[in-house]
Amino acid sequence: MKFSEQWLREWVNPEINSQELMDQITMAGLEVDGFEPVAGKFEGVVVGEVQSVEPHPDADKLRVCQVSDGTQVVQVVCGAPNVRQGLKVPFAVVGAVLPGAFKIRKAKLRGQPSEGMLCSESELGLSERHEGLMELPFDAPVGASLSDYLKLNDVAIDVDLTPNRSDCLSIKGIAREVGVLNSLVPEAPQIEPVEAVHSEVPDIRVDAPEGCPRYLGRILRNVNLQAETPLWMQEKLRRSGVRSIDAAVDVTNFVMLEQGQPMHAFDRDEISAGIIVRMARPAEKLVLLDGQEVELTEQTLVIADHEKPIAIAGVMGGEHSGVSAKTRDLVLEAAYFDPITLAGKARHFGLHTDASHRFERGVDYELARDAMERATQLLMDIVGGEPGEIVEVSSAKHLPKARSIDLRSKRLADVLGLEIDRTTVEEILIRLGFRVDKLLKDGWRIMVPSFRPDISIEEDLIEEVGRIYGYNNLPVTEPTGSLGLRVNDEATRPVSAIQNYFVSHGYQEAITYSFVDPKVQAQVDPEHEGIALANPISSDLSVMRTTLWSGLLKTVAHNQNRQQPRIRLFETGLRFLHDGQRIDQQPMLAGVVVGPQYPENWVNGRRTADFFDVKGELEGLFSLLGIQIGFVGSRHPALHPGQTAELIRDGEHVGWLGTLHPQVQKNLELNGTILMFELSLNSVITGYVPNFKEISKFPEVRRDLAIIIGNDVSFADVERVARKHAGERLTALRAFDVYEGESLGEGNRSLALSLFWQHPERTLNEDEVHSLFNGVINALKEELGATLRS
Amino acid sequence: MENLEQLVQDGLTAVEKADSLQALDQIRVEYLGKKGAITQQAKTLGKLSAEERPAAGQKINEAKGQVEQAINVKRSDLERVAIEQKLAGESIDVSLPGRGQDLGGLHPVTRTLQRIEEFFSRAGYTVEQGPEIEDDYHNFEALNIPGHHPARAMHDTFYFNPGTLLRTHTSPVQIRTMEAGKPPFRMICPGRVYRCDSDMTHTPMFHQVEGLLVEKNVSFADLKSTVEEFLRVFFERDLQVRFRPSYFPFTEPSAEVDIEWGREADGSIKWLEVMGCGMVHPNVFGHCGIDAEEYRGFAFGMGVERLAMLRYGVNDLRMFFENDLRFLRQFR
Repeated sequence: MKFSEQWLREWVNPEINSQELMDQITMAGLEVDGFEPVAGKFEGVVVGEVQSVEPHPDADKLRVCQVSDGTQVVQVVCGAPNVRQGLKVPFAVVGAVLPGAFKIRKAKLRGQPSEGMLCSESELGLSERHEGLMELPFDAPVGASLSDYLKLNDVAIDVDLTPNRSDCLSIKGIAREVGVLNSLVPEAPQIEPVEAVHSEVPDIRVDAPEGCPRYLGRILRNVNLQAETPLWMQEKLRRSGVRSIDAAVDVTNFVMLEQGQPMHAFDRDEISAGIIVRMARPAEKLVLLDGQEVELTEQTLVIADHEKPIAIAGVMGGEHSGVSAKTRDLVLEAAYFDPITLAGKARHFGLHTDASHRFERGVDYELARDAMERATQLLMDIVGGEPGEIVEVSSAKHLPKARSIDLRSKRLADVLGLEIDRTTVEEILIRLGFRVDKLLKDGWRIMVPSFRPDISIEEDLIEEVGRIYGYNNLPVTEPTGSLGLRVNDEATRPVSAIQNYFVSHGYQEAITYSFVDPKVQAQVDPEHEGIALANPISSDLSVMRTTLWSGLLKTVAHNQNRQQPRIRLFETGLRFLHDGQRIDQQPMLAGVVVGPQYPENWVNGRRTADFFDVKGELEGLFSLLGIQIGFVGSRHPALHPGQTAELIRDGEHVGWLGTLHPQVQKNLELNGTILMFELSLNSVITGYVPNFKEISKFPEVRRDLAIIIGNDVSFADVERVARKHAGERLTALRAFDVYEGESLGEGNRSLALSLFWQHPERTLNEDEVHSLFNGVINALKEELGATLRS
Repeated sequence: MENLEQLVQDGLTAVEKADSLQALDQIRVEYLGKKGAITQQAKTLGKLSAEERPAAGQKINEAKGQVEQAINVKRSDLERVAIEQKLAGESIDVSLPGRGQDLGGLHPVTRTLQRIEEFFSRAGYTVEQGPEIEDDYHNFEALNIPGHHPARAMHDTFYFNPGTLLRTHTSPVQIRTMEAGKPPFRMICPGRVYRCDSDMTHTPMFHQVEGLLVEKNVSFADLKSTVEEFLRVFFERDLQVRFRPSYFPFTEPSAEVDIEWGREADGSIKWLEVMGCGMVHPNVFGHCGIDAEEYRGFAFGMGVERLAMLRYGVNDLRMFFENDLRFLRQFR
């Protein structure tokens, strides 16, 4: 809602400056979004009168004018098409400064001297209009300062109203608030009923009283729509951001801005028989005032005549029935439309009008008659005409009911944390337009005015009192109350522990969008279809991620394109799967690694990170979490077929580790060997609480062996067989060398292992260890075809 | 016995000349070993009378001691020299950079979230999580935003179908928590939220933390202290905070919270909006089966990116989700 400060001050004029006024209403909950002067900065501009106009001897489009500035007549060369004798115009005299520090000097235009400049609205920063000179009324006093004449010492204040405050979508409403804040009573213009001078009335039928509980119409005959809207009204409209069209439209807009009641004027000759307010019929069409043709639906409330719709109720009128300069008789409309019926209707047609904005939020349901009288009077002042009686059709059943709400003083004090004395509470509410219906033992029965549809419960009244009293005048106290502490689940590590682990291992955390490019996702997770958004912001953010890799790989590309060769990223967040019935939102942990394993350094700093670097880091994480995870060779469509491990915990799949498939890498235009992992967070986050075991006082025995085995036998197989035969006193088994070379024969490799035994209660003797060790060797030979390396 | 003195002299000279630990050891064997020259002198004692023997024996011991002392001194010298030589060869350029893994870093949003969570955890709030794909009921209806409500238009919701959407705020987690438990509650719900809006100052995904406190006796004054204290701790300074009346369907009374953030050109305080808050609307309690006469509550919500931008001086919201390493590395 944009309004002129001057206009407001005509209603209520507290002794505070503009900034104080804006701060005050902001702190009352009407947030000032901005303000701007109503004109550009200029000086030396007066009301001038064009006394004569002659053609320019050497230029077709220029004219040579004699212009009076009130004290003398000077020659001005002017190119505006509307310059004519007798015209009153803004005249920038020699020495004047126009917006943009543009100084007016004596000049010669095509040889003709010119002393000063006649101005358009845009040249004065009044509006965008630049197609001709600004035309001032005939009675404008020649020589008067234009700023004084137009009262341009004014600011347009833009208030960003919350949707509950429809009552402040008018000067009347804002003046009421300012009055409350300054203990002043606003002065409203007197509205008197206009007496009918003829008996013609519009024929009005309301077939949809739920949507239109009240409809008022009046005929104004024999108007002169050639008449110009007075400057004062044009200026008020302009300063409120509304363009002047013609007197009929201007007056309805003016009444809307002043009173808060949107209105409409129809051309009576274009209405066939009478007005019917009804729901539209399927596929009915209407050409709107903005020229667009819309197809209406059965949910659209329309104003129709006996043949066709002539307006979308509360949104916009039709082109055909709109007023024009030729209109002779007007039918004026002032109605109360139901907010719920109108909700979203304008948006459905891609519209948002001043009327729809107000009706959707709720207009004062008792305002229509006052607004009708006000508009009639204003119109008659401008365009003349003969008013008829007002016809009102209303349905008490469907109109909002007057409400009363009990406000308990104890509840007021409990919620605000302060006892406010009774007179203050009453004064606040009464100034806001509420009425004390009855004094109760512990409070008040309050009648809610018709212009406050947002007030429906006790808390709403408490807010009104609190907001006018001032939130910042309320006390500040510490909350008290029982603090029931929750059990701390020690076996489950906080996600922050995982995040910190990756940070200390050189990973940078990323946060990528949860919706991704379906083309990228099809590459990295072809087996799942992402859930598609019905209204995505763009096609590359249109499906929900089924893997965090989709976003992370895009991040890799972003950084590789910015000269970052070493990228180590991780992310935690949900992935979204669905099986047609149920949506599964799983917390995941994922990472990508590409480039050197370590920052470049002076020893071996450029070694590229490989599978086992990342695997080691994951194993470290699993130790931190206190869990056992198996890595089993497997296949994944996005991963290198020979470098993919499925991660298994207690027989359950928990995630993947692997190298990005070179083909996918190429398709996604990525560089280097890219290692990736992804784990289900819920599957790994819970480990165990440590349970102390006695430390053995007896020595640990180590035996090493080196075997040659086929490449098709995995270390996991070797470990499994070795552990099976190493007995219960085995404390550790480690691989300390892996070697492949021609000397071992094609398809073979050498694997060196160390085994550790220890007994908790005694020293193991040589024979026992020897026998276990031999048992392991024999089992490896027999079960896996290993040979002992000499 | 002149021989003994001579032997001592020779021994001391030899010790003096020794240039290595091996040579010194050799000298020790030569003079003091079992068959060493001075040790051998003891054999001459047998030829002496019983009266002369003790004195002569003592002399031999003294001679041994003298040479042994010299050897020990020399050994220390040689060892010190040897260590010094070894150390001289082991000098390194300590100004060369160290090796190993460098440090990664948390995303600035996570860093900010952790600070927020820490504050509220200390104040006894639990941290709750909820789904990001939400149903219309929990995101809107239960929060007192029915289908026709104008506030829906302010939400720019991403939909999957008419009843399923991406949550536009983390408030539905409050509903889910209240549905599942019994008052009192002290909880915050941090997380991702989504709005169908993308320009200089909006990203279609961002983070919020919302908080809720439900007790039998809690007031707007308690809300004020909680919010003021949080902002003071978060920004680590005493800043002016003001509460400006506003509107949220799920709270009544409602307020926006502004903090002082520098000065305007005319010297007045420049206020920045950082949070929304209010007393829980009775209809919200009603949807969660909580008696609004018995319990009251307050709720507050903040945009994490906004707080991170203010805290770290980031000037472009969109950088948070580009994940440019040159940006992210500034927050480790």
